[in-house]
Amino acid sequence: MSDKSSERRQFITGLGLAGFTGLGAIGALYAAKRSWDPLPSVKSAGFTTIDVSPAKENQLVVEKWRGKPIFILKKSAEMKKDKRDLVIGGANYHISIGLCTHLGCIPSYRPDSHDFLCACHGGEFDASGNVTKSPPPSPLVIPPFKIDGTKLVLGEEGPEYKKLKDAGLTA
Amino acid sequence: MRELKIFAVVAIFSGILYYGVEPFAHGQMHKHVDSNGLVYDGKADIAEASKDKKEAKTKFWAEVAEIAKLKGDVAAGEGGYAMCMGCHMDGIPNMGGVVPPSLEHAGAIYDKNYLIALVKDPAMASNVDHKYADTMMHPMGSVGSMFPTPQSIADVVAYLQAKKAGDVTPKVAYEEACMRCHANRYGKLTHLGTAPVTKSNIMTGYDVEGMKFKQKVAEEQALVAAYMGKLPPDLSIIYRARSHHFLETLIENPQGQLAGTAMPRVGLNQNGMDKVMKYLQETGDPSKPKREALGPWVIGFFVIFTILAYLWKQAHWRDLH
Amino acid sequence: MAHFKKANSLNEWMDQRLGVNTLKKVMQSEYWIPKDINFLWAMGMVLAATFGILVVSGIFLLMYYIPDTKLAFDSVNYITMTEVGYGWLWRHVHGIGASLVFLIIYIHMFTGIYYGSYKRGRELIWLSGMLLFVLFSAEAFSGYMLPWGQMSYWAGMVITNLFEGFSPDFAGGALNSPALVEWIRGDYVPDQAFLGRFFMLHVFLMPLMIIGVIVLHFGTLRLPHVNNQEGADIDFDEAAALWKAGNKKESKVIPFSPVFLSKDVFVLGVYFILFFYLVFYNFSFAMDPVNFDPADGLKTPAHIYPEWYFLWSYEILRPFSKDLGLLAFIFAQGIFFALPFLDRSPNVAPAGRRGLFNIWFWILLIDCIILTFMGKLPPEGIWNVIGFWAAITFFALWIALPIITMLEKKK
Repeated sequence: MSDKSSERRQFITGLGLAGFTGLGAIGALYAAKRSWDPLPSVKSAGFTTIDVSPAKENQLVVEKWRGKPIFILKKSAEMKKDKRDLVIGGANYHISIGLCTHLGCIPSYRPDSHDFLCACHGGEFDASGNVTKSPPPSPLVIPPFKIDGTKLVLGEEGPEYKKLKDAGLTA
Repeated sequence: MRELKIFAVVAIFSGILYYGVEPFAHGQMHKHVDSNGLVYDGKADIAEASKDKKEAKTKFWAEVAEIAKLKGDVAAGEGGYAMCMGCHMDGIPNMGGVVPPSLEHAGAIYDKNYLIALVKDPAMASNVDHKYADTMMHPMGSVGSMFPTPQSIADVVAYLQAKKAGDVTPKVAYEEACMRCHANRYGKLTHLGTAPVTKSNIMTGYDVEGMKFKQKVAEEQALVAAYMGKLPPDLSIIYRARSHHFLETLIENPQGQLAGTAMPRVGLNQNGMDKVMKYLQETGDPSKPKREALGPWVIGFFVIFTILAYLWKQAHWRDLH
Repeated sequence: MAHFKKANSLNEWMDQRLGVNTLKKVMQSEYWIPKDINFLWAMGMVLAATFGILVVSGIFLLMYYIPDTKLAFDSVNYITMTEVGYGWLWRHVHGIGASLVFLIIYIHMFTGIYYGSYKRGRELIWLSGMLLFVLFSAEAFSGYMLPWGQMSYWAGMVITNLFEGFSPDFAGGALNSPALVEWIRGDYVPDQAFLGRFFMLHVFLMPLMIIGVIVLHFGTLRLPHVNNQEGADIDFDEAAALWKAGNKKESKVIPFSPVFLSKDVFVLGVYFILFFYLVFYNFSFAMDPVNFDPADGLKTPAHIYPEWYFLWSYEILRPFSKDLGLLAFIFAQGIFFALPFLDRSPNVAPAGRRGLFNIWFWILLIDCIILTFMGKLPPEGIWNVIGFWAAITFFALWIALPIITMLEKKK
């Protein structure tokens, strides 16, 4: 056998082995990636039901859903209504995930000026969660909800939520 | 020489960097509040008060000053104190939001003016009258009817200062002044004091008595949280989380540091403040005395190390130039 | 099988099996260092020593640390700080070490930039050094999560949120396929999964990689040799021959051990005096008070800022909208890697003798310090304006670098 064909054989078998090893590595990488995924117990963290009727006008109520703060703000008559408002029992509510859409700090509510200020990077939102001062790129996020009387079920997509979502108003 | 110049440049830039991110930045972030020297004359309260309350507060603190001038009768005060004991006694449960604190060392840790103001009007004295605008009433609100005259107030305060002024340890000062709202888990203090010693059942591994105490504490916490608006923080390690000056001025006048806070002023005098701060340091920064004892030795070691290293270095570098 | 003679001494026995004499020559007695250097050349050894201190103190902290979100805070602040004998010492040493290691890294980096020590065969030294900087940053960040205080939690929240742009269903939370930010966290918010993986990174993966790259960094240094104060191109063979012939005064080089090392040890001594002064008496800058409040996902601290050594790059992302901010942040972290290729001048000389580059160097240094200041101050009013222009200046400097170095006359 010539040297040349021997070299070629070495090259091809080497390539085959390397390729096959690579295949195994991809499999192992997939397993590694899956190990970093959120656990099923985390994903099924459940739904939270919140009764909004005790909320007072212009006073921010903070609840917790999936580890995140949820803002519930009952609007008073003088406060501007918004397409993003939820109407429950005839009153307008602003409901959102209370994390700044910039980098996730919790904005604080200023009842005098009816707006939210995020202390981390100076972002501001109005009482409907719309951005009034950068850097946040988008309004405060409205979590999936279902209205059940005066109660809100978070985590479930009710018809009102779907309507907001289709109109692109949830985020 | 050149090395020293380069060292100076490095040191100056490092120094500027330090100044900018530490003293300067923190000076910008936190407003400075001056202490009133633990004098409780309502000056800050009146200055901060909204227009409609200014007059009432000015009048209130002027009356307190008047009562302070009266000479209290200790014997007459003892009778008044008996009424206090109706609530301020050992083992009393939560009343209207908090457990009435023990007054065993009230004369030793609280200021005279403050005690007078407190008996006269607890909400005004502790500067949390804004909390009781609606239907809620201060849990000690009925005290006014027990001490209707200025002289009766002067008497009971004189009694506290004469008979309830014994030596107090830092821990007891904390228990009397702070513990009804603030647990201290590193000091093993719950809102209801130290947990009793209990044992777990050897066959099940469960400590039923201990669990019962924990439940009682949890129920007490819920009452305190409902009364205060949220559960006041555990103060185990607050000594490292806030500056000494912040804590002292906060305790002296909570509204001055955290406007609108539900925390009442507790009216500590110098002795009470020192004791409470000492306890906070004991639980929050227990290594401070150890650091101060060890520091000079370690630094001294490295000074000598550096001198020896310099001699060694010179021995090698002498012949090089 | 190799042929072994009977050894007459332990040294010979070792030499036969491990080549210790050759090793000693290569690494110590005939590892030539230029004589014309100053104390800034000792920073590498200072860094190695600090890393050693971090490893040792970390081992003792690790023995009592509990990576559980409910227990982590007290395991550090109560068990280690109160109960463990000298636990407080390890904790303070670890905290100060983690902060000072960055001060020394920055001094080391700016020394390299000033003296042009990234050119003429020294490109790999610079690249491996920058890789170490990135790894140390990851190590510092992951370590900062472990006490699970307020700053740990919110730093974790803010920094992982940078990746939210890659998240299709963050809002819906349906999580059929986890968004990148949730994949990194293993949860909707930083929680147990998050703490567990950062614990692993901090105590195992990152230190392992750092040790590997430190070896690489030393390796890249051996052939091109370290630079000198004048950027002189030394003939190391000739200079070494002079030294070996006993002409120590005439030779331009010294052996690494013991001559160079003796100076390193002296500088280390001075450094340790500062180090332990900070450990015992002035540690707040490295152990932020806010992190002594336990993590609370429902309450952001009034002021959130990273540790001082991340402030300059944090400030660069701050003035911009989110996606632009992320790009700016990546640019700031990455652009230093490109230095040897953006500097188009063939001159290896201290910046003081390089005209425009000298100005560039000092503006860069001052700009980084200004960015650092602004990164900590509250984002409002004049601080915002200064921060914005300092960030713009940073970009402008790097765009200008190839141009001004091309204009530089060859020396």
